[in-house]
Amino acid sequence: MSGKRKATAGKKAAKTHLPYDGPPDYRVVGRHGMFPDIGHDEIARFNFLAHMNRHLSTRVMPAVAEAFEKRVRPAFEKAEKRVFKDRHEVRKALLKDPMFQWWSALRRATMEQRQQAGRWVALRQAEALNARADKLTRGDKRLKLDPKLDLPRYVAAVDHHCMPGSYHTELAPGDVTAAANYDIGLFATTGGMLGRYNDGGGVAVAKWVKENLPAFRPKRILDLGCGLGHNVLPIAEAFPKSEVVAVDVAAPMLRYGLARAKTMGVENVTFVQGDAASLAQFPDESFDWIQSTMFLHETSFGSMPKIFAETKRLLRPGGVVLHVEQPQYAKTMPLFEQAMRDWDAFYNNEPFWTKMHEIDLDAFMARAGFGAGDLIHGGVAAVVDARVFPEAAKDDKQEDYGRKPAWHVIGARKPAKSVMRAAE
Amino acid sequence: MTTIDPLDLAGAKSRGKRPYFLHDRDVERLMTITMALAQEISVLRERLDTVERLLEKNDVLARADIESYAPSKKEAEERGRMIQEFLARILRVIQQERESISMNDQSSEDVAEELARS
Ligand SMILES: C[S@@+](CC[C@H](N)C(=O)[O-])C[C@H]1O[C@@H](n2cnc3c(N)ncnc32)[C@H](O)[C@@H]1O
Repeated sequence: MSGKRKATAGKKAAKTHLPYDGPPDYRVVGRHGMFPDIGHDEIARFNFLAHMNRHLSTRVMPAVAEAFEKRVRPAFEKAEKRVFKDRHEVRKALLKDPMFQWWSALRRATMEQRQQAGRWVALRQAEALNARADKLTRGDKRLKLDPKLDLPRYVAAVDHHCMPGSYHTELAPGDVTAAANYDIGLFATTGGMLGRYNDGGGVAVAKWVKENLPAFRPKRILDLGCGLGHNVLPIAEAFPKSEVVAVDVAAPMLRYGLARAKTMGVENVTFVQGDAASLAQFPDESFDWIQSTMFLHETSFGSMPKIFAETKRLLRPGGVVLHVEQPQYAKTMPLFEQAMRDWDAFYNNEPFWTKMHEIDLDAFMARAGFGAGDLIHGGVAAVVDARVFPEAAKDDKQEDYGRKPAWHVIGARKPAKSVMRAAE
Repeated sequence: MTTIDPLDLAGAKSRGKRPYFLHDRDVERLMTITMALAQEISVLRERLDTVERLLEKNDVLARADIESYAPSKKEAEERGRMIQEFLARILRVIQQERESISMNDQSSEDVAEELARS
């Protein structure tokens, strides 16, 4: 055999001279104890989807920008004798262009394929997954479910990012499959840019706090809309002595979240089913740090003031609230970019995205009672193991707009008591 | 026993009206079917690649032998027939369109009327 191999060693498979530039193999995804069993071809499906998304963002998205500059904008200006007045006009003009149409059709199909691929893996082993979660969480006081909780309209109205059944639907008692599907497929949508445990956002927030608030020693931390805990675990790990409470409306996320955390050795998080707009179960001034990641854009204008008011009530004097989101549509952001960032709002079931990103968040904070001088603004980019994962912050080849793992931080300090008295 | 059937449920529709982007919805439906097939082709290729690498690792074959493989005349003909058969299968509709040009077919509706006449 080896002799034969030598004889033909000169002939190699066709290669390109360019260095590899693409997502890593799916097998770099971290396997915690709740991770579903996943086969060779199921992994290959996710590899395909990660590459498909990368292809769309590096090779098709730029074509949309070119089509916009070369034909969509000139045609509009010629016909209307004026420039675009807002992002909605831009999007409606783009909708008539074949490049935008094909990019959109492919992107939508890819999202649906991703859901099917993930749900296949999770649902074929639903019974085993649910039993595993049950075994890990049964009798554990760190899982507090409230089956009577009303689901907010904005959660029930559409299934966010085309995820059938969204975060909350239970196909069986004790179901965790919605969370399992969400967990295993994130890699496909982000091409690994959120890191091994899809926690690059949370790692970045913890790092940001340590750098910008070095003296901050929060005893109790509250995470709003925690999902299955991707981004709250790194915060809990960065502050191991803190007591962390993670709230979500969706029971499957919370069950999976606690089970996953335990198998990852993170023991200081309690998962509570509750509505961030009304958290009467927690007393006034009972948290030092309240935070959310990628949460506000999936709520509503009806609930946001209530959520902000709750954070004001629940914060201890001297405490800090931080919300991490994609950047707002500032006047300085080109209308084309705004229209592209709106894609997920209209075509990937994220309806509130477009509304949330156009408002003045500072004004919302002010209305909740946070002083202008106490507001906090910052920016973070996903922190990942750069030896294995593409670093989005440094990746200038692709601009995936709303999906780029680089976020803005908006927050506030609640003045310490002495300061408040002095001001009165 | 669970009643969760992944065949039905994996591909379930999400709540919210589905947008279509192409002029013809049927073209877009066909595109999504094609992309799903593209995914499965990619999966097959990856699997084949795994098989080749494992065979090589276990000293069963050398992948370079695959690259330098040259079929004999007889083998080449067998493989040529495989490709011909493949094309004939997937392009059946074109073949039948061609045949219809010279067939002067009647519709079954018309034939039914004709057969009903005494
Ligand atoms: C996009 S996910 C973000 C998950 C997580 N923070 C992360 O960074 O991965 C939004 C989550 O918010 C939850 N959610 C939506 N409205 C809520 C509310 N009013 N109160 C609590 N959770 C809510 C959803 O169930 C979902 O799990």
